[in-house]
Amino acid sequence: MTDNTDLETLPEKLEAEFTAAIADAVDIDTLEAVRVAALGKKGRVSELMKGLGRMSPEERKEMGPKLNGLKDRLTDAIAARKDALHELQLEARLAGEKIDVTLPVRPSALETGRIHPLSQVWDEVVAIFADMGFAVEQGPDIETDHYNFGALNFPEGHPAREMHDTFYFEPKPDGSRMLLRTHTSPVQVRTMETGEPPFRFVCPGRTYRCDSDQTHTPQFHQIEGLVIDETTHLGHLKWTLEEFLRAFFEVEGVELRMRPSFFPFTEPSMEVDVRCARLGNEIRIGEGDDWLEILGCGMVHPNVLKASGIDPEKYQGFAFGVGLDRLAMLKYGIPDLRAFFESDLRWLRHYGFAALDVPTLAGGLSS
Amino acid sequence: MKFTLSWLKNSLETDASLDAIVEKLTMLGLEVEGVEDPARKLEVFSVAKVLEAGPHPDADKLQVLKVEALVEGEVKQLQVVCGAPNARAGMTGIFAPPGATIPVNGMVLKPTKIRGVESNGMMCSERELELSDEHEGIIDLKGDWKVGTPAAEVLGRNDPVIEIAITPNRPDCLGVYGVARDLAAAGLGRLLEGDLTPVEGKFESPIGIELDFPADAASACPVFAGRLIRGVKNGPSPEWLQTYLKAVGLRPINALVDITNFISLDRARPLHVYDAAKLKGNIRARLGRKGETLLALDGKTYEMEPHFTVIADDEKVLGLGGVMGGEESGSTEETTDVFVESAYFDPYRTARTGRDTGIVSDARYRFERGVDPEFVLPGLELATKMILDMCGGEPSNVVVAGKVPNTSKVIEFDPARIEKLTGLSLPKSEAVAILTALGFGVSDAGALLSVTVPSWRPDIDGAADLVEEVVRVHGLSEVKSTPLPRLHAVAKPVLSPRQRRERTARRALAARGLVETVNWSFIAEREADLFGGGKATPALKLANPISAEMSHMRPSLLAGLIAAAGRNMARGVSDIAMFEVGQQFESDEPSGQVLAATGLRRGTARPQGAGRHWQGKAGSVEAMDAKEDAVALLSALGAPVASFQIAADAPSWYHPGRSGVFRLGPKNIIGYFGELHPRVLDAMDVAGPIVGFEIFPDAIPEPKRKATRAKPPLDMSDLQPLRRDFAFVVAESVTADQVIRAARGADKKLITDVSLFDVFEGGSLGEGQKSLAIEVTLQPVEKTLTDEEIDAVSKKIVAAVEKATGGTLRG
Repeated sequence: MTDNTDLETLPEKLEAEFTAAIADAVDIDTLEAVRVAALGKKGRVSELMKGLGRMSPEERKEMGPKLNGLKDRLTDAIAARKDALHELQLEARLAGEKIDVTLPVRPSALETGRIHPLSQVWDEVVAIFADMGFAVEQGPDIETDHYNFGALNFPEGHPAREMHDTFYFEPKPDGSRMLLRTHTSPVQVRTMETGEPPFRFVCPGRTYRCDSDQTHTPQFHQIEGLVIDETTHLGHLKWTLEEFLRAFFEVEGVELRMRPSFFPFTEPSMEVDVRCARLGNEIRIGEGDDWLEILGCGMVHPNVLKASGIDPEKYQGFAFGVGLDRLAMLKYGIPDLRAFFESDLRWLRHYGFAALDVPTLAGGLSS
Repeated sequence: MKFTLSWLKNSLETDASLDAIVEKLTMLGLEVEGVEDPARKLEVFSVAKVLEAGPHPDADKLQVLKVEALVEGEVKQLQVVCGAPNARAGMTGIFAPPGATIPVNGMVLKPTKIRGVESNGMMCSERELELSDEHEGIIDLKGDWKVGTPAAEVLGRNDPVIEIAITPNRPDCLGVYGVARDLAAAGLGRLLEGDLTPVEGKFESPIGIELDFPADAASACPVFAGRLIRGVKNGPSPEWLQTYLKAVGLRPINALVDITNFISLDRARPLHVYDAAKLKGNIRARLGRKGETLLALDGKTYEMEPHFTVIADDEKVLGLGGVMGGEESGSTEETTDVFVESAYFDPYRTARTGRDTGIVSDARYRFERGVDPEFVLPGLELATKMILDMCGGEPSNVVVAGKVPNTSKVIEFDPARIEKLTGLSLPKSEAVAILTALGFGVSDAGALLSVTVPSWRPDIDGAADLVEEVVRVHGLSEVKSTPLPRLHAVAKPVLSPRQRRERTARRALAARGLVETVNWSFIAEREADLFGGGKATPALKLANPISAEMSHMRPSLLAGLIAAAGRNMARGVSDIAMFEVGQQFESDEPSGQVLAATGLRRGTARPQGAGRHWQGKAGSVEAMDAKEDAVALLSALGAPVASFQIAADAPSWYHPGRSGVFRLGPKNIIGYFGELHPRVLDAMDVAGPIVGFEIFPDAIPEPKRKATRAKPPLDMSDLQPLRRDFAFVVAESVTADQVIRAARGADKKLITDVSLFDVFEGGSLGEGQKSLAIEVTLQPVEKTLTDEEIDAVSKKIVAAVEKATGGTLRG
């Protein structure tokens, strides 16, 4: 044992010594060695504290708090130094971890995938009519003469049949011939004959005519609309078309002009023009001084109701048909109908729509 | 149909302007397709007088004229340099002022200097105004024309040509008179009937007419009338008639032919004239006979068929009734005795004959739509009168075989139908007035109108037709928009589960980076053959395809997609991911038309992205990419993917070793996937490899409708799941599916997932062996599993897999 004076000043000396060693520790291992040397089982501060038991109460009273204070301060200093060293270590690591943030990532499949403008317009039109309470009905592309013509009041041999350049299949043994539907109107009859009025539905679908030039393709797409009840009249038809076109073209208002025309399955029949402006190749609906023929419609012919098993004395209503491809061309400024069926990826990327661009009335039809 | 304004005015007394007439025609349903007003091009051209003509100081062939002409509304004297040899003082001609556009070449005139001499405007030749090819000199007007008179008036070029589209229901408007009737009914003037009084015959016609039809074909030609006119002098028709015909695009032939053409266009009444000298015996309408031929007016020879209506004499076929006359019996400039035919031919038989022969004629066009049967005799009288006027001669009496068919119809019409069908409220008197003006006989029988349909309106059948007549003349623009009542305050969903699937399929595939296409429903036979259709399904072959490349309904959407891939490759795009959702065809029954969602990938267009990228090298598409698409699509469609059986027996257009079939039950095929067969790609001349899939959404069972939208309760365990790995050495033929199913079945309560994480072949395993490694997830239910319990489950798993596959746990 050294003398009392030595014992009395030892804690101060140790504190100075260890505090310096802690501050000088450049890594966690060195710091740990300092901790063991000071506060480990055989550490110098620990050894000193073991000596307290041998001291007199007076000495203990003086040295106890002194040594405990020393221990606490060194513990805190080690912990603080440890945190600082961890921080330095992390910073050193992060300093070496660098990427070139301008490196390109793969394009999103949600963008590279495309929806054909025809499907987009199909969804848009259905969204609008669904809100007006129209169900969606569909039927086969390969039809019988009955559904495509007979039940729609096209008498055998009538020149109106020649307006439809019809694709036929080879005659069957019984002489009948199947055909490719020339319009979506057969779905009217198929739906009406299996249900009960009132009816309110649209039928979108693929249609065919053997015609091919700049503005005609042998296949195209139509949407037919039908309302049958006891009171629906021409005024309702006009309103329905106005509301549809206004919503579809996303304009404030459209002005329609109905002209008398002829379709065997409606009476009266009419064609509908919409007011538009022609600016070069662009057509703007709802403004200007020009008229653009856009669809055909009329009041369902009593013979069609009869053929569908519906009493024409009691029920009446309207039908209309509009080209979906044509609607797409007008709305989205697509110049050439033939390109719809070319599957040219450049065209599809340009005129197509993103997968999640789902037409809704709440969110706007398409972005 | 085309006609001129003055032609129309022969039948319509009106003050209405051209614009008003055009507008009204369209609004009556006689859609105006074009108006060509020759006066418009000549607007600034007018009569000028040459006051002086002197030599040009620097050019022998030019003269310097002093011209009095109308320029900008004022008569002025101008200096004009002119090269025409006939230019002389005192003449009048047509002057083009500076600023005028010369019709023949579109050149705009400017004041200019010609060889140093100022020239303002131009004296025009006929060619410059597109009047003729005459360009030797300038127009030298005869008669005394005032300076400034519009050129169109002087040159007779002030008759606008109107072209209208006639819908098939309006045969009456295939004559100008019928158009005039509609306009008059719509308040645009007064209909002028014309003189139809019969012309008295001077002698018995030496040529008789016979109808010779079996009873079941009597309707082919119910009435046939004619008369001989002898001593005519045929030659060019008068100028007014030639002008009309030329204006509507017909070439004047001779007076007799021009008269029949005129009456056809004016009255929708086709006629025929025979040179009587070329006839042998009576004229007979009968059915054709096999072996007979006709050299028709179009210069072609046609074989007669037993369903044709032919006109014949004792020796030969003279013409096809209602379709076209014969070359040999037609009238010429030398004709002196002419037999005029006016008959009624049945629309359907005429249409069929027309289709079978391919002859397109004005007569066929009218007869197949229905000519006015009551006008058979008036038409003959009208023709007689015109022939006598233009060619002289002496008419026989009229001979008639058969009788005019009775087509009269009476409709009991409730005028309240007008408002019920259109929402338009009109006084009954207006409906009566409109129908009367259109030629309907209307008698007011209390609540109902008794309406007699005129013979020229075969299209009118019932009340709805009468409503249309009234509304179209009154004006469709008067129909007021009326809101269609909403069925529900908040619209109900309308799509069927099937329709939702179709829509979801599109969006799901596009979301995976595939581009939607729409391809033709028809493909070439050799392509259809490759996909199980073509010769195997003759019912799906079109009888009249657009081309041999589009002759068969597609049995698979892949054909169109592969062809489209080829076209894109030809444009330099080789990484391709495309799909189509549409119908494919197995039979011509509605049930044989199957919805398919089909896609393909080519080049490096893999699900993770196409092309080279710094994060990984660009690999070629693999069969499993197509499976990934298919499974993603099926999951999006709500299909129970985990319950599918997958087997390697895809159809012939897939690679035999790298393709599969999804089934739900032994017969229900949900779809195919895999690499496409190299032979198919070779046959389509498209370089592979290409992988693809075909999914048939309708084959997926519809989910059961539940009473509530609430989802089933969720049981979330507090106990941690634990995972164990196993590797099995099995024969090469053992499938991953066998291993996974066996492991999963080992303890259905504890095992919640089995996933395969490694496949290893070759190396130390030896020929024909492979190693499959799986990770099994165990979810304790009530308490943490003890080591013994885990050991027991592991043993069960090993035993189950070994039993199912004949493999062993890899040590």
